[in-house]
Amino acid sequence: MKSLLTFPKGGVHPPECKAQTQGLGIEIMPVPDELELILGQHIGAPCTATVAKRDEVIEGAVIGEVQKGLGVPLHSPVAGKIKNLATSVHAVRVSAPSITIEVDREAAPVQYQKVDWQQLAGADLLAKIHDAGIIGIGGAGFPTHVKLNPPADSPVDTLVLNGAECEPYITADHRQMLENPGQIVEGAKIILKILGITRCFIGIENNKPDAIREMTKAAEQASGGEYSITIQPLQVKYPQGSEKQLIQAITGRKVPAMALPSAVGVVVQNVTTAKAIYDAVVYGKPLYEKVVTIAGKGIARQANLQVKIGTKVRDIVKYLGGLQPGLAKVVMGGPMMGFAVSSLDVPVTKTTSAVLFLTEDEIDTKPHSQCIRCGWCLDACPMGLEPKEIGIYVEANRAQDTAQFGVFDCFECGSCAYVCPAKRPLVQFIRLAKMKAKRQ
Amino acid sequence: MSIQQASDDQTTAPAHLWKVSVSPHLKSSESVEKIMWTVVACLVPPLILSVFVFGIQTLLITAVSVISCVVVEAVSQKTLGRPVTIKDGSAVLTGLLLAFVIPPGVSPLLPILAAVFAIYIGKHLLGGIGYNFFNPALLGRAFLLASFPVAMTSAWLSPVEGFGIFSYLAGSVDAVSTATPLAVMKEQGMAIFTETFGSGASLYGSFFLGWRPGCIGETSGFLLVLGGLYLIYRGYITWHIPASLLGSIAVLTWIFGGESYFSGDPLLALLSGGAILGAFYMATDYVTSPTTKTAQIIYGIGIGALTVLIRLKGGYPEGICYAILLMNPLSTVLDGWFKPKRFALPAGGAK
Ligand code: SF4
Ligand code: SF4
Repeated sequence: MKSLLTFPKGGVHPPECKAQTQGLGIEIMPVPDELELILGQHIGAPCTATVAKRDEVIEGAVIGEVQKGLGVPLHSPVAGKIKNLATSVHAVRVSAPSITIEVDREAAPVQYQKVDWQQLAGADLLAKIHDAGIIGIGGAGFPTHVKLNPPADSPVDTLVLNGAECEPYITADHRQMLENPGQIVEGAKIILKILGITRCFIGIENNKPDAIREMTKAAEQASGGEYSITIQPLQVKYPQGSEKQLIQAITGRKVPAMALPSAVGVVVQNVTTAKAIYDAVVYGKPLYEKVVTIAGKGIARQANLQVKIGTKVRDIVKYLGGLQPGLAKVVMGGPMMGFAVSSLDVPVTKTTSAVLFLTEDEIDTKPHSQCIRCGWCLDACPMGLEPKEIGIYVEANRAQDTAQFGVFDCFECGSCAYVCPAKRPLVQFIRLAKMKAKRQ
Repeated sequence: MSIQQASDDQTTAPAHLWKVSVSPHLKSSESVEKIMWTVVACLVPPLILSVFVFGIQTLLITAVSVISCVVVEAVSQKTLGRPVTIKDGSAVLTGLLLAFVIPPGVSPLLPILAAVFAIYIGKHLLGGIGYNFFNPALLGRAFLLASFPVAMTSAWLSPVEGFGIFSYLAGSVDAVSTATPLAVMKEQGMAIFTETFGSGASLYGSFFLGWRPGCIGETSGFLLVLGGLYLIYRGYITWHIPASLLGSIAVLTWIFGGESYFSGDPLLALLSGGAILGAFYMATDYVTSPTTKTAQIIYGIGIGALTVLIRLKGGYPEGICYAILLMNPLSTVLDGWFKPKRFALPAGGAK
């Protein structure tokens, strides 16, 4: 086996908590009676609804379009009737405009025809990816067609597929790599063709040896000829799956602050995004389904569920047998970077990779105390920042002076707050600081 | 919606009881309490040994010191309107360290006064844990040394014979006072020193194991090193400060500590005068030491150099306490000079 790569500075080793779901195959959840699609699924401009109340839509029909700015269209995951255009509970923004669709249970599922993508030119492939509404599935949801069209002044020579899945609990990407390795690799080839390059690395953390094996097999079958696709096993260390850390681990290149990966000639895509690209290009199927890891002791049954975008957490809970005593926190996303929600009415979006139902003993609820200057947060921060100083400044009402500690380089991975023995809410301090501080 | 309705399908925990806080939702199992109590535990073996070396008197002094520190901490926090945090173990640790750096033969009144000074003035009036820039235990000792110079420099006890651990309780303490090895060496010269404490392997051996006059905590190098290594193993402290501190004491003593250059005894320098206690337990105190590794190494070297300087030139044989106190306020300065290396600055270098 190849030597294990990782990023050199900082990082932490939270308990992985993946054992309970990594063996659970992707299970298709029956469509609930009603879906609620948030119009702003990604960073950039939100969609405007292109349908009206009581319109009938078919599965895969466009229901939202971006009028101006960066963005991708939104599709109906089902055949049905538009029930309402209103606002929905949102994990991050509290509430957001949304479209509610009443599912038509009679409609037959759409059959998509396979096409030979090799015949298509790069621009056509890119258009298909945009039209299918694909965004970066792993993180903030950057529109994929934009990422695959890097500025002309920064030539790209390497594609990195992110299969690190370093967040505890989540195993959705793991399952995709086990169950659809061929499609992911094919998706990688499509991306390589669009970018006009030949080299791809797929980074996978070493706690998924079966995924490394399956993906290696698939990559070897596909590699010959013009493309070189290499699986790169990585050490288990959080936040290995962060773009900058992953690029450094695999290529040794450092993306400068406030720059995009293309500045060092790299494009990063999540493995599941590659699978979505495959579906979009080969079958013309838009992105309206998502594999979500449901885990934690607070839910009766844990699973890797394939759900329609817009499925409410409430319906997932019902399908999996209800909540369990002791549930203390519901988190959309991973435990390190996800958002705690206060209602089960939150719908799944394109970027939801997990819904965690955590009990009291799975989370930490100790009150925080004063900083004891142990310096552990400095050692843990992968960006070389000074979270301790940021926290102290914010508490002293000097948030506006925190740019000197690199607050804008912080991507809120939570490593600092994870290790802090005084349990200080450092990410919260940093968010406050970002609002008040001025960029230098 | 009533709670009854809400709990229809949220059967077991209604939503208003869920916690909504900012990520991360996982936190490591380490805590301030755990760290402090672990350090305390590491200091217990040397304390037990000291009972066999100096008698039960050491236990008494330690108890007085620990209890007064805890009481003063609680009272200070109450009067200053802060949450009372005596359970976090930091006052216990201060008490223990304080008892370790005063002569075991002093009156129990002294640790009480030192506790008031160290905890109330040295810690809480400066803002509480995290803001005190002097090590409280050392501050307490410095205060005693300034106020009670005679007791603090003469109330040393000779190691007791056999297992007569109660022998000092009976007699008068002053009658058996003796001088610490470094004082002997400084004031009476190497010849007397060898006469009193022996030389060669037996000297190192008895010093390393703790059979010599001194403070409670500076007597057993062996147990202190063991505890220190355990703290390093647990990741509570790193090697940077102890290694640079002890290394610089050894090297500088070797160069300047003898009759001629390069003839000093580095091993003896390390084994005497609380160097080990200071290096592993005092200089590594989080609050009063720098946080970045480079700063820690410089800090350690600074303490080592000052220790040797004070031992050789100053009036205080046990120089490390002052050396640490002198370097304490510099740790924030050092932190400001040696900041962590940023991942990558913006292209073009502009900050
Ligand atoms: S949350 Fe920000 S400051 Fe904290 S470790 Fe991550 S990047 Fe560093
Ligand atoms: S880890 Fe917590 S206690 Fe330690 S320096 Fe950082 S903020 Fe302070």
